[in-house]
Amino acid sequence: MSIDSKIVDDFVANGVEFVTTVPCKQLAGVIDEVETRPEIFHIPSNKEDEGMGLCAGAFMGGKRPAIIMQNTAIGVTINTLATLIQYYRMPLPMLISYRGELREPVACQVEMAVHTKALLAQMNIPTYHFHTQADAEELDNILKYTFMCNKPVAILTDANFWGGYGDQ
Amino acid sequence: MIRSEILKDIAPILRDQLVVCNIGLPSQELHMIDDQPTNFYMLGTMGLSSSIGLGLALAQDKTVISIDGDGSVLTNLGTLPTIANNVADNYILLIIDNGSYGSTGDQPTYAGKKTKLEAVAAACGCENVVTCQDVDTGKVLQEAIDSKKMTIIVSKCDSGNIKLPVITMDPVVIRDRFMKAVEA
Repeated sequence: MSIDSKIVDDFVANGVEFVTTVPCKQLAGVIDEVETRPEIFHIPSNKEDEGMGLCAGAFMGGKRPAIIMQNTAIGVTINTLATLIQYYRMPLPMLISYRGELREPVACQVEMAVHTKALLAQMNIPTYHFHTQADAEELDNILKYTFMCNKPVAILTDANFWGGYGDQ
Repeated sequence: MIRSEILKDIAPILRDQLVVCNIGLPSQELHMIDDQPTNFYMLGTMGLSSSIGLGLALAQDKTVISIDGDGSVLTNLGTLPTIANNVADNYILLIIDNGSYGSTGDQPTYAGKKTKLEAVAAACGCENVVTCQDVDTGKVLQEAIDSKKMTIIVSKCDSGNIKLPVITMDPVVIRDRFMKAVEA
């Protein structure tokens, strides 16, 4: 089974029915997989804070949400995480491509990578880092944990996890 | 009319619907005029009333009205293409357009100058965009509810605020009673 299918299988098995995405090259496969699943309503958003608003609404409408985005989005969602998702105690699994880590070819991506874990820690957001595909075994438990505690939870997935960018 | 007068005018219509209300004075005004469990008051996060309302409308069948302002829509302008391309016929976005950032001291917005949000919404692909004057908001809103078609209403009104207290209700209480009202 591909890692993309495994991730989306775990979403479906945990009752996630509403997924918003802002694309990243590394996330292309998992976004395609989300789009194919009849159990999931996929709504692309133009910016990640907008996406978190959609997820908040879907949650209050009785659907378990998730957001798929790049780590650069942590820079644009701090206020939304603090004053909407955390303040109203809503669950939000955030599947995040961790750009700027090992095997990253684009230097500028490192500039947000060095702040990513510090920002998440400052926000008291439980954070998991998938570096090899075996790490994804924990996804099912991470999703259960997220919906148990009604918090945003970050799952960082680096280039090594996704198999790099090919020959560089 | 100013925004609080419109809210007073349409409160009997809003009472029976799920309402997501914009941060700051709009939520404080609605809370004072007619507090209902079916009202979700935004205490933070400027700009996301339309997004929260759309997510809610897509997740369940009851009618949802997002009350937004021109300044807040400008903050989250990317919401209009998302709304246009994900049609929820139980969703109404009511933009109260007073051409100013009311909660922060009535600084002018670009919507009060050259930018026309009704034209932006139409250009983004929104199919039912209705522009009205403040006094007609109730009539237009009721028609939108009855039409069962996703509608964007831009209600043009005067800039101005009333003095009123902040909302001290706990956010989790607001959210919990709102979710119970959604389920009821």
